[in-house]
Amino acid sequence: MRKYLAFFRLRFTMGLQYRTAAIAGMTTQFAWGFMQIMIYKAFYETQPDAFPMTFSATTSYIWLQQAFLALFDAWMMETEIFDSILNGNIAYELCRPIRIYNMWFSRSLANRISRAALRCLPILLIAVFLPYPYGISAPVSVIHFMLFSMTLVLGLLVTVAFCMLIYGLTFLTISPQGLRIMFTSMVELFAGAVIPLPFFPEKVQKIMEILPFAAMQNVALRIYSGSMSATEMEKAVLLQVIWLIILTSGGSLLCRYAEKKITVQGG
Amino acid sequence: MITMENVCKSYKVAKRNAGFKAACKAFFHREYEIINALSDVSFTINDGEMVGYIGPNGAGKSSTIKILSGILTPDSGTVLVDGRIPYQDRINHVSNIGVVFGQRSQLWWDVPVIDSFELLRDIYSIPGNLYKNNVEELTELLGLQELLRSPARQLSLGQRMRCEIAASLIHSPKILFLDEPTIGLDAVSKIAVREFIKKQNELHGTTVILTTHDMQDIEALSKRIILVGKGKILLDGSLEEIKKGNANIDETVAELYRSFEI
Repeated sequence: MRKYLAFFRLRFTMGLQYRTAAIAGMTTQFAWGFMQIMIYKAFYETQPDAFPMTFSATTSYIWLQQAFLALFDAWMMETEIFDSILNGNIAYELCRPIRIYNMWFSRSLANRISRAALRCLPILLIAVFLPYPYGISAPVSVIHFMLFSMTLVLGLLVTVAFCMLIYGLTFLTISPQGLRIMFTSMVELFAGAVIPLPFFPEKVQKIMEILPFAAMQNVALRIYSGSMSATEMEKAVLLQVIWLIILTSGGSLLCRYAEKKITVQGG
Repeated sequence: MITMENVCKSYKVAKRNAGFKAACKAFFHREYEIINALSDVSFTINDGEMVGYIGPNGAGKSSTIKILSGILTPDSGTVLVDGRIPYQDRINHVSNIGVVFGQRSQLWWDVPVIDSFELLRDIYSIPGNLYKNNVEELTELLGLQELLRSPARQLSLGQRMRCEIAASLIHSPKILFLDEPTIGLDAVSKIAVREFIKKQNELHGTTVILTTHDMQDIEALSKRIILVGKGKILLDGSLEEIKKGNANIDETVAELYRSFEI
Protein backbone atom coordinates (compact mmCIF):
# COMPACT_ATOMS: atom_id res chain seq x y z
CA MET A 1 0.00 0.00 0.00
CA ARG A 2 2.85 2.34 0.86
CA LYS A 3 4.23 1.92 -2.64
CA TYR A 4 1.02 3.18 -4.16
CA LEU A 5 0.77 6.03 -1.70
CA ALA A 6 4.27 7.06 -2.74
CA PHE A 7 3.17 7.20 -6.36
CA PHE A 8 0.13 9.14 -5.36
CA ARG A 9 2.18 11.60 -3.34
CA LEU A 10 4.73 12.28 -6.06
CA ARG A 11 2.13 12.70 -8.78
CA PHE A 12 0.10 14.94 -6.51
CA THR A 13 2.99 17.27 -5.65
CA MET A 14 3.98 17.30 -9.29
CA GLY A 15 0.48 18.36 -10.30
CA LEU A 16 0.53 21.22 -7.80
CA GLN A 17 3.45 22.93 -9.46
CA TYR A 18 1.69 23.76 -12.72
CA ARG A 19 0.28 27.12 -11.62
CA THR A 20 -0.29 28.73 -15.00
CA ALA A 21 -2.20 25.71 -16.21
CA ALA A 22 -4.42 25.93 -13.15
CA ILE A 23 -5.21 29.62 -13.69
CA ALA A 24 -5.86 29.09 -17.39
CA GLY A 25 -8.07 26.11 -16.62
CA MET A 26 -10.06 28.05 -14.06
CA THR A 27 -10.66 30.94 -16.43
CA THR A 28 -11.90 28.60 -19.12
CA GLN A 29 -14.20 26.87 -16.69
CA PHE A 30 -15.70 30.15 -15.50
CA ALA A 31 -16.34 31.29 -19.04
CA TRP A 32 -17.79 27.92 -19.95
CA GLY A 33 -20.02 27.83 -16.88
CA PHE A 34 -21.42 31.31 -17.53
CA MET A 35 -22.04 30.53 -21.17
CA GLN A 36 -23.95 27.36 -20.37
CA ILE A 37 -26.06 29.11 -17.76
CA MET A 38 -26.98 31.86 -20.26
CA ILE A 39 -28.11 29.26 -22.79
CA TYR A 40 -30.19 27.37 -20.24
CA LYS A 41 -31.69 30.64 -19.00
CA ALA A 42 -32.95 31.40 -22.49
CA PHE A 43 -34.53 27.94 -22.72
CA TYR A 44 -36.04 28.06 -19.24
CA GLU A 45 -37.59 31.48 -19.88
CA THR A 46 -39.53 30.18 -22.85
CA GLN A 47 -41.07 27.21 -21.04
CA PRO A 48 -39.86 26.50 -17.49
CA ASP A 49 -42.19 23.54 -16.84
CA ALA A 50 -40.90 21.59 -19.83
CA PHE A 51 -37.65 20.85 -17.98
CA PRO A 52 -36.93 17.81 -15.79
CA MET A 53 -34.76 19.83 -13.38
CA THR A 54 -35.42 23.25 -11.85
CA PHE A 55 -33.28 26.11 -13.13
CA SER A 56 -31.41 26.45 -9.85
CA ALA A 57 -30.73 22.68 -9.80
CA THR A 58 -29.31 22.99 -13.30
CA THR A 59 -27.03 25.90 -12.37
CA SER A 60 -25.76 23.98 -9.32
CA TYR A 61 -25.12 21.02 -11.61
CA ILE A 62 -23.14 23.20 -14.02
CA TRP A 63 -21.00 24.89 -11.35
CA LEU A 64 -20.18 21.64 -9.59
CA GLN A 65 -19.36 20.12 -12.94
CA GLN A 66 -16.96 22.97 -13.75
CA ALA A 67 -15.39 22.91 -10.28
CA PHE A 68 -14.74 19.16 -10.38
CA LEU A 69 -14.05 18.95 -14.12
CA ALA A 70 -10.57 17.52 -13.51
CA LEU A 71 -12.02 14.55 -11.63
CA PHE A 72 -14.23 13.34 -14.43
CA ASP A 73 -12.94 14.59 -17.72
CA ALA A 74 -12.26 11.67 -20.01
CA TRP A 75 -9.90 13.49 -22.33
CA MET A 76 -7.67 14.35 -19.40
CA MET A 77 -5.74 11.12 -19.51
CA GLU A 78 -2.13 10.63 -18.54
CA THR A 79 -0.08 11.43 -21.62
CA GLU A 80 2.98 10.08 -19.84
CA ILE A 81 1.42 6.63 -19.71
CA PHE A 82 0.67 6.68 -23.44
CA ASP A 83 4.15 7.99 -24.13
CA SER A 84 5.79 5.28 -22.08
CA ILE A 85 3.98 2.62 -24.10
CA LEU A 86 4.68 4.35 -27.42
CA ASN A 87 8.37 5.07 -26.93
CA GLY A 88 9.20 2.04 -24.85
CA ASN A 89 9.92 3.72 -21.51
CA ILE A 90 7.51 1.14 -20.13
CA ALA A 91 10.65 -1.02 -19.93
CA TYR A 92 11.64 0.84 -16.79
CA GLU A 93 8.21 0.55 -15.23
CA LEU A 94 8.29 -3.19 -15.77
CA CYS A 95 11.55 -3.28 -13.81
CA ARG A 96 9.75 -2.22 -10.64
CA PRO A 97 8.42 -4.64 -8.06
CA ILE A 98 4.91 -3.31 -8.47
CA ARG A 99 1.81 -4.18 -10.48
CA ILE A 100 1.51 -1.99 -13.54
CA TYR A 101 -2.26 -1.66 -13.12
CA ASN A 102 -2.08 -0.48 -9.53
CA MET A 103 0.79 1.86 -10.25
CA TRP A 104 -1.03 3.58 -13.08
CA PHE A 105 -4.29 3.64 -11.17
CA SER A 106 -2.78 5.52 -8.23
CA ARG A 107 -0.96 7.82 -10.59
CA SER A 108 -4.06 8.80 -12.55
CA LEU A 109 -6.05 9.21 -9.37
CA ALA A 110 -3.42 11.55 -7.93
CA ASN A 111 -3.23 13.54 -11.13
CA ARG A 112 -6.96 14.14 -11.17
CA ILE A 113 -7.18 15.02 -7.50
CA SER A 114 -4.26 17.43 -7.66
CA ARG A 115 -5.75 19.23 -10.64
CA ALA A 116 -9.15 19.44 -9.00
CA ALA A 117 -7.64 20.63 -5.70
CA LEU A 118 -6.08 23.61 -7.43
CA ARG A 119 -9.16 24.54 -9.37
CA CYS A 120 -12.27 23.71 -7.37
CA LEU A 121 -12.09 26.12 -4.42
CA PRO A 122 -12.07 29.45 -6.32
CA ILE A 123 -14.85 28.27 -8.61
CA LEU A 124 -17.00 26.99 -5.75
CA LEU A 125 -16.38 30.11 -3.69
CA ILE A 126 -17.46 32.48 -6.43
CA ALA A 127 -20.39 30.31 -7.47
CA VAL A 128 -21.68 30.27 -3.88
CA PHE A 129 -21.84 34.07 -3.81
CA LEU A 130 -23.58 34.43 -7.15
CA PRO A 131 -27.21 35.62 -6.73
CA TYR A 132 -29.95 32.97 -6.76
CA PRO A 133 -30.72 31.17 -9.12
CA TYR A 134 -27.40 31.63 -10.97
CA GLY A 135 -25.03 30.24 -8.36
CA ILE A 136 -24.72 27.04 -6.36
CA SER A 137 -27.55 26.58 -3.89
CA ALA A 138 -26.98 24.84 -0.57
CA PRO A 139 -27.40 21.03 -0.70
CA VAL A 140 -30.96 19.85 -0.11
CA SER A 141 -30.09 18.19 3.21
CA VAL A 142 -27.09 17.00 5.22
CA ILE A 143 -27.77 13.45 4.06
CA HIS A 144 -27.76 14.60 0.46
CA PHE A 145 -24.44 16.29 1.01
CA MET A 146 -22.92 13.14 2.50
CA LEU A 147 -24.25 11.05 -0.34
CA PHE A 148 -22.89 13.62 -2.76
CA SER A 149 -19.38 13.30 -1.30
CA MET A 150 -19.54 9.52 -1.37
CA THR A 151 -20.79 9.26 -4.95
CA LEU A 152 -18.24 11.88 -6.03
CA VAL A 153 -15.46 9.56 -4.87
CA LEU A 154 -17.12 6.50 -6.41
CA GLY A 155 -17.60 8.38 -9.67
CA LEU A 156 -13.95 9.39 -9.71
CA LEU A 157 -12.88 5.77 -9.19
CA VAL A 158 -15.16 4.60 -12.01
CA THR A 159 -13.72 7.26 -14.34
CA VAL A 160 -10.13 6.26 -13.56
CA ALA A 161 -10.98 2.56 -13.94
CA PHE A 162 -12.48 3.30 -17.33
CA CYS A 163 -9.38 5.19 -18.46
CA MET A 164 -7.27 2.25 -17.29
CA LEU A 165 -9.08 0.10 -19.85
CA ILE A 166 -7.94 2.47 -22.57
CA TYR A 167 -4.34 2.39 -21.33
CA GLY A 168 -4.54 -1.40 -21.35
CA LEU A 169 -5.89 -1.47 -24.90
CA THR A 170 -3.08 0.84 -26.02
CA PHE A 171 -0.67 -1.99 -25.27
CA LEU A 172 -2.31 -3.98 -28.03
CA THR A 173 -2.34 -1.28 -30.71
CA ILE A 174 0.39 0.85 -32.19
CA SER A 175 -1.20 4.24 -31.57
CA PRO A 176 -3.83 5.17 -28.96
CA GLN A 177 -5.29 8.10 -30.94
CA GLY A 178 -8.26 6.29 -32.46
CA LEU A 179 -9.28 4.61 -29.22
CA ARG A 180 -8.93 7.82 -27.29
CA ILE A 181 -11.09 9.88 -29.60
CA MET A 182 -13.81 7.24 -29.73
CA PHE A 183 -13.97 6.66 -25.99
CA THR A 184 -13.70 10.30 -24.96
CA SER A 185 -16.58 11.36 -27.18
CA MET A 186 -18.64 8.48 -25.83
CA VAL A 187 -17.90 9.47 -22.25
CA GLU A 188 -18.67 13.15 -22.88
CA LEU A 189 -22.08 12.39 -24.24
CA PHE A 190 -23.17 9.44 -22.11
CA ALA A 191 -21.81 10.70 -18.79
CA GLY A 192 -23.84 13.89 -18.87
CA ALA A 193 -20.90 16.20 -19.54
CA VAL A 194 -22.58 17.88 -22.51
CA ILE A 195 -26.10 18.04 -21.09
CA PRO A 196 -27.37 16.38 -17.88
CA LEU A 197 -28.85 12.92 -18.47
CA PRO A 198 -32.44 13.87 -17.39
CA PHE A 199 -32.58 16.16 -20.44
CA PHE A 200 -32.47 13.17 -22.78
CA PRO A 201 -35.72 11.54 -24.00
CA GLU A 202 -37.03 9.13 -21.39
CA LYS A 203 -36.41 5.92 -23.33
CA VAL A 204 -32.83 6.84 -24.22
CA GLN A 205 -32.24 7.96 -20.67
CA LYS A 206 -33.31 4.58 -19.30
CA ILE A 207 -30.59 2.83 -21.27
CA MET A 208 -28.01 5.51 -20.56
CA GLU A 209 -28.49 5.21 -16.83
CA ILE A 210 -27.40 1.58 -16.80
CA LEU A 211 -24.19 2.23 -18.72
CA PRO A 212 -20.88 2.73 -16.87
CA PHE A 213 -20.74 6.33 -18.09
CA ALA A 214 -23.72 7.27 -15.91
CA ALA A 215 -21.76 6.02 -12.90
CA MET A 216 -19.20 8.80 -13.34
CA GLN A 217 -20.19 12.43 -12.66
CA ASN A 218 -23.93 12.08 -13.22
CA VAL A 219 -24.81 10.56 -9.84
CA ALA A 220 -22.98 12.98 -7.56
CA LEU A 221 -24.02 16.14 -9.40
CA ARG A 222 -27.68 15.18 -9.45
CA ILE A 223 -27.81 14.02 -5.85
CA TYR A 224 -26.46 17.37 -4.67
CA SER A 225 -29.23 19.33 -6.28
CA GLY A 226 -31.85 16.86 -5.08
CA SER A 227 -33.05 15.79 -8.51
CA MET A 228 -32.99 12.06 -7.69
CA SER A 229 -35.55 10.17 -5.62
CA ALA A 230 -34.47 7.84 -2.79
CA THR A 231 -34.96 4.69 -4.87
CA GLU A 232 -33.14 6.26 -7.82
CA MET A 233 -30.21 7.11 -5.57
CA GLU A 234 -30.06 3.59 -4.18
CA LYS A 235 -30.00 2.12 -7.66
CA ALA A 236 -27.40 4.62 -8.88
CA VAL A 237 -24.98 3.95 -6.01
CA LEU A 238 -25.36 0.20 -6.47
CA LEU A 239 -24.60 0.57 -10.19
CA GLN A 240 -21.52 2.63 -9.38
CA VAL A 241 -20.19 -0.12 -7.14
CA ILE A 242 -20.98 -2.83 -9.69
CA TRP A 243 -19.32 -0.93 -12.53
CA LEU A 244 -16.30 -0.18 -10.38
CA ILE A 245 -15.83 -3.88 -9.70
CA ILE A 246 -16.34 -4.87 -13.34
CA LEU A 247 -14.05 -2.17 -14.75
CA THR A 248 -11.20 -2.69 -12.30
CA SER A 249 -11.18 -6.47 -12.65
CA GLY A 250 -11.50 -6.25 -16.44
CA GLY A 251 -8.73 -3.68 -16.59
CA SER A 252 -6.30 -5.57 -14.41
CA LEU A 253 -6.87 -8.79 -16.39
CA LEU A 254 -6.23 -6.86 -19.59
CA CYS A 255 -3.02 -5.40 -18.15
CA ARG A 256 -1.74 -8.80 -17.10
CA TYR A 257 -2.45 -10.23 -20.52
CA ALA A 258 -0.73 -7.27 -22.19
CA GLU A 259 2.32 -7.56 -19.92
CA LYS A 260 2.91 -11.08 -21.23
CA LYS A 261 2.46 -10.08 -24.86
CA ILE A 262 4.45 -6.90 -24.66
CA THR A 263 7.08 -5.84 -27.13
CA VAL A 264 9.09 -2.81 -26.16
CA GLN A 265 8.91 -0.31 -29.00
CA GLY A 266 11.97 1.56 -30.13
CA GLY A 267 14.73 -0.92 -29.30
CA MET B 1 24.17 -17.15 -10.87
CA ILE B 2 22.63 -16.43 -14.24
CA THR B 3 21.96 -19.18 -16.76
CA MET B 4 20.36 -19.01 -20.17
CA GLU B 5 19.83 -22.24 -22.05
CA ASN B 6 18.73 -22.49 -25.66
CA VAL B 7 16.79 -19.26 -25.47
CA CYS B 8 14.96 -18.18 -28.62
CA LYS B 9 13.02 -14.97 -29.17
CA SER B 10 11.47 -13.78 -32.39
CA TYR B 11 9.57 -10.64 -33.37
CA LYS B 12 6.93 -10.16 -36.00
CA VAL B 13 7.81 -7.14 -38.09
CA ALA B 14 5.42 -5.55 -40.59
CA LYS B 15 7.19 -4.84 -43.88
CA ARG B 16 6.22 -2.96 -46.98
CA ASN B 17 7.84 -1.17 -49.88
CA ALA B 18 8.17 2.59 -50.00
CA GLY B 19 5.44 4.80 -51.36
CA PHE B 20 1.74 5.48 -51.35
CA LYS B 21 0.73 2.48 -53.45
CA ALA B 22 2.51 0.05 -51.18
CA ALA B 23 0.93 1.74 -48.14
CA CYS B 24 -2.56 1.27 -49.64
CA LYS B 25 -1.83 -2.34 -50.39
CA ALA B 26 -0.56 -2.89 -46.86
CA PHE B 27 -3.81 -1.48 -45.52
CA PHE B 28 -5.65 -4.51 -46.81
CA HIS B 29 -2.97 -7.10 -46.81
CA ARG B 30 -0.08 -6.82 -44.42
CA GLU B 31 3.10 -8.74 -44.89
CA TYR B 32 4.99 -9.83 -41.86
CA GLU B 33 8.45 -11.13 -41.48
CA ILE B 34 9.61 -13.14 -38.52
CA ILE B 35 12.90 -11.78 -37.22
CA ASN B 36 14.86 -14.08 -34.96
CA ALA B 37 16.31 -11.72 -32.40
CA LEU B 38 17.78 -14.59 -30.40
CA SER B 39 18.25 -18.12 -31.59
CA ASP B 40 19.58 -20.76 -29.29
CA VAL B 41 21.45 -18.53 -26.86
CA SER B 42 23.14 -20.24 -23.90
CA PHE B 43 25.58 -18.94 -21.31
CA THR B 44 26.30 -18.98 -17.59
CA ILE B 45 27.49 -16.06 -15.52
CA ASN B 46 28.73 -16.52 -11.96
CA ASP B 47 28.18 -14.26 -8.99
CA GLY B 48 30.45 -11.23 -8.92
CA GLU B 49 31.48 -11.49 -12.56
CA MET B 50 31.65 -8.47 -14.88
CA VAL B 51 30.73 -9.46 -18.38
CA GLY B 52 30.81 -7.36 -21.51
CA TYR B 53 28.05 -8.33 -23.90
CA ILE B 54 28.99 -6.98 -27.31
CA GLY B 55 27.84 -7.22 -30.88
CA PRO B 56 26.78 -5.00 -33.77
CA ASN B 57 23.46 -3.13 -33.80
CA GLY B 58 20.47 -5.44 -33.93
CA ALA B 59 22.47 -8.43 -32.72
CA GLY B 60 20.10 -9.18 -29.85
CA LYS B 61 21.90 -7.55 -26.96
CA SER B 62 18.99 -5.51 -25.68
CA SER B 63 16.61 -8.41 -26.13
CA THR B 64 18.82 -10.52 -23.89
CA ILE B 65 18.89 -7.81 -21.23
CA LYS B 66 15.12 -7.46 -21.42
CA ILE B 67 14.58 -11.19 -21.04
CA LEU B 68 16.98 -11.33 -18.10
CA SER B 69 15.18 -8.46 -16.41
CA GLY B 70 11.77 -10.07 -16.82
CA ILE B 71 10.32 -7.61 -19.31
CA LEU B 72 10.15 -9.93 -22.30
CA THR B 73 9.07 -13.55 -22.38
CA PRO B 74 11.28 -15.82 -24.52
CA ASP B 75 9.63 -18.10 -27.09
CA SER B 76 11.51 -21.13 -25.83
CA GLY B 77 14.44 -22.12 -23.64
CA THR B 78 15.09 -21.71 -19.94
CA VAL B 79 16.27 -18.67 -18.08
CA LEU B 80 17.30 -18.74 -14.42
CA VAL B 81 18.60 -15.82 -12.42
CA ASP B 82 19.50 -16.76 -8.85
CA GLY B 83 16.98 -19.59 -9.11
CA ARG B 84 14.14 -17.37 -10.35
CA ILE B 85 12.48 -17.41 -13.74
CA PRO B 86 12.42 -13.67 -14.49
CA TYR B 87 9.32 -13.46 -16.68
CA GLN B 88 7.21 -15.72 -14.47
CA ASP B 89 8.21 -14.24 -11.17
CA ARG B 90 8.64 -10.66 -12.34
CA ILE B 91 7.80 -8.74 -9.18
CA ASN B 92 9.96 -10.87 -6.93
CA HIS B 93 12.74 -10.91 -9.49
CA VAL B 94 13.02 -7.20 -10.19
CA SER B 95 13.37 -6.25 -6.54
CA ASN B 96 16.78 -7.97 -6.64
CA ILE B 97 18.16 -6.50 -9.83
CA GLY B 98 19.07 -3.05 -11.09
CA VAL B 99 18.73 -2.04 -14.73
CA VAL B 100 19.98 0.97 -16.66
CA PHE B 101 18.74 1.57 -20.20
CA GLY B 102 21.13 4.14 -21.59
CA GLN B 103 18.66 5.56 -24.06
CA ARG B 104 15.69 5.85 -21.73
CA SER B 105 14.94 7.74 -18.58
CA GLN B 106 13.51 6.55 -15.31
CA LEU B 107 13.66 9.90 -13.51
CA TRP B 108 10.49 11.93 -13.25
CA TRP B 109 10.91 14.77 -15.66
CA ASP B 110 9.43 17.73 -13.82
CA VAL B 111 10.46 17.09 -10.22
CA PRO B 112 13.85 17.22 -8.48
CA VAL B 113 15.91 14.04 -8.78
CA ILE B 114 15.72 13.44 -5.05
CA ASP B 115 11.93 13.06 -5.35
CA SER B 116 12.42 10.25 -7.86
CA PHE B 117 14.86 8.62 -5.44
CA GLU B 118 12.35 8.82 -2.62
CA LEU B 119 9.72 7.24 -4.79
CA LEU B 120 12.12 4.38 -5.50
CA ARG B 121 12.77 4.06 -1.77
CA ASP B 122 9.07 3.44 -1.20
CA ILE B 123 8.61 1.21 -4.23
CA TYR B 124 11.46 -1.08 -3.20
CA SER B 125 10.60 -0.72 0.52
CA ILE B 126 14.19 0.21 1.37
CA PRO B 127 14.68 0.66 5.14
CA GLY B 128 15.40 4.28 6.16
CA ASN B 129 19.01 3.76 7.27
CA LEU B 130 20.00 1.74 4.24
CA TYR B 131 18.45 4.34 1.96
CA LYS B 132 20.34 7.13 3.67
CA ASN B 133 23.65 5.29 3.46
CA ASN B 134 23.12 4.35 -0.17
CA VAL B 135 22.22 7.88 -1.21
CA GLU B 136 25.26 9.23 0.62
CA GLU B 137 27.53 6.67 -0.98
CA LEU B 138 26.12 7.17 -4.48
CA THR B 139 26.24 10.95 -4.13
CA GLU B 140 29.85 10.76 -3.09
CA LEU B 141 30.95 8.32 -5.80
CA LEU B 142 29.03 9.84 -8.68
CA GLY B 143 29.37 13.48 -7.63
CA LEU B 144 25.66 14.20 -7.38
CA GLN B 145 25.75 16.85 -4.62
CA GLU B 146 24.69 19.68 -6.90
CA LEU B 147 22.28 17.65 -8.98
CA LEU B 148 19.85 16.09 -6.54
CA ARG B 149 17.77 19.20 -6.01
CA SER B 150 17.35 20.13 -9.69
CA PRO B 151 14.52 18.79 -11.84
CA ALA B 152 15.60 16.02 -14.23
CA ARG B 153 14.61 18.07 -17.27
CA GLN B 154 17.27 20.68 -16.51
CA LEU B 155 20.19 18.27 -16.25
CA SER B 156 22.61 17.64 -19.08
CA LEU B 157 22.79 14.15 -20.55
CA GLY B 158 25.91 13.22 -18.60
CA GLN B 159 24.55 14.58 -15.34
CA ARG B 160 21.28 12.79 -15.88
CA MET B 161 22.98 9.52 -16.71
CA ARG B 162 24.90 9.65 -13.42
CA CYS B 163 21.59 10.14 -11.63
CA GLU B 164 20.01 7.32 -13.64
CA ILE B 165 22.77 4.94 -12.61
CA ALA B 166 22.41 5.99 -8.99
CA ALA B 167 18.65 5.43 -9.23
CA SER B 168 19.19 1.89 -10.47
CA LEU B 169 21.45 1.07 -7.55
CA ILE B 170 19.55 2.68 -4.73
CA HIS B 171 18.04 -0.62 -3.58
CA SER B 172 21.49 -2.32 -3.50
CA PRO B 173 20.73 -4.95 -6.16
CA LYS B 174 22.95 -8.02 -6.40
CA ILE B 175 22.84 -7.98 -10.17
CA LEU B 176 23.18 -4.97 -12.43
CA PHE B 177 22.23 -4.90 -16.10
CA LEU B 178 23.61 -1.96 -18.02
CA ASP B 179 22.34 -1.42 -21.54
CA GLU B 180 24.68 1.12 -23.10
CA PRO B 181 25.28 3.17 -19.94
CA THR B 182 27.90 5.44 -21.52
CA ILE B 183 25.98 6.36 -24.67
CA GLY B 184 26.51 10.03 -25.50
CA LEU B 185 28.69 10.85 -22.51
CA ASP B 186 31.79 13.04 -22.55
CA ALA B 187 35.19 11.66 -21.55
CA VAL B 188 34.98 12.83 -17.94
CA SER B 189 31.55 11.38 -17.34
CA LYS B 190 32.49 8.13 -19.05
CA ILE B 191 35.47 7.65 -16.81
CA ALA B 192 33.43 8.54 -13.74
CA VAL B 193 30.78 5.99 -14.68
CA ARG B 194 33.36 3.28 -15.39
CA GLU B 195 35.18 3.90 -12.12
CA PHE B 196 31.93 3.77 -10.31
CA ILE B 197 30.81 0.47 -11.82
CA LYS B 198 34.19 -1.03 -11.00
CA LYS B 199 33.91 0.11 -7.40
CA GLN B 200 30.42 -1.31 -7.04
CA ASN B 201 31.73 -4.66 -8.17
CA GLU B 202 34.70 -4.56 -5.81
CA LEU B 203 32.83 -3.20 -2.79
CA HIS B 204 29.58 -5.14 -3.02
CA GLY B 205 30.41 -8.05 -5.32
CA THR B 206 27.69 -6.91 -7.71
CA THR B 207 27.36 -9.05 -10.82
CA VAL B 208 27.47 -6.72 -13.83
CA ILE B 209 26.36 -7.39 -17.37
CA LEU B 210 27.15 -4.56 -19.70
CA THR B 211 26.26 -3.97 -23.31
CA THR B 212 28.07 -1.22 -25.15
CA HIS B 213 29.55 -0.14 -28.43
CA ASP B 214 32.37 1.61 -26.67
CA MET B 215 35.22 -0.84 -26.53
CA GLN B 216 37.06 1.24 -23.97
CA ASP B 217 34.20 0.47 -21.59
CA ILE B 218 34.82 -3.21 -22.11
CA GLU B 219 38.56 -2.82 -21.81
CA ALA B 220 38.21 -0.92 -18.55
CA LEU B 221 35.57 -3.10 -16.99
CA SER B 222 35.24 -6.67 -18.05
CA LYS B 223 37.61 -9.55 -18.26
CA ARG B 224 35.10 -11.73 -19.99
CA ILE B 225 33.27 -10.87 -23.16
CA ILE B 226 30.39 -12.55 -24.92
CA LEU B 227 30.02 -11.68 -28.58
CA VAL B 228 26.60 -11.98 -30.21
CA GLY B 229 25.66 -11.52 -33.84
CA LYS B 230 22.42 -12.27 -35.67
CA GLY B 231 20.98 -13.67 -32.47
CA LYS B 232 23.68 -16.25 -31.89
CA ILE B 233 26.58 -16.42 -29.47
CA LEU B 234 29.73 -16.38 -31.54
CA LEU B 235 32.37 -16.14 -28.92
CA ASP B 236 32.63 -16.39 -25.16
CA GLY B 237 36.04 -15.73 -23.73
CA SER B 238 38.49 -13.30 -22.28
CA LEU B 239 39.62 -10.07 -23.84
CA GLU B 240 43.24 -11.24 -23.99
CA GLU B 241 42.26 -14.22 -26.08
CA ILE B 242 40.93 -12.15 -28.94
CA LYS B 243 43.47 -9.38 -28.74
CA LYS B 244 46.46 -9.93 -30.98
CA GLY B 245 49.55 -8.28 -29.61
CA ASN B 246 49.21 -4.56 -29.25
CA ALA B 247 46.37 -4.06 -31.70
CA ASN B 248 43.88 -1.35 -30.89
CA ILE B 249 40.76 -2.71 -29.21
CA ASP B 250 38.39 -1.10 -31.74
CA GLU B 251 40.30 -2.65 -34.63
CA THR B 252 40.37 -6.01 -32.92
CA VAL B 253 36.61 -5.99 -32.53
CA ALA B 254 36.01 -4.72 -36.07
CA GLU B 255 38.23 -7.53 -37.31
CA LEU B 256 36.22 -9.95 -35.19
CA TYR B 257 32.90 -8.72 -36.65
CA ARG B 258 34.31 -9.09 -40.14
CA SER B 259 35.57 -12.60 -39.55
CA PHE B 260 32.11 -13.70 -38.39
CA GLU B 261 30.47 -11.78 -41.24
CA ILE B 262 28.11 -9.87 -38.98
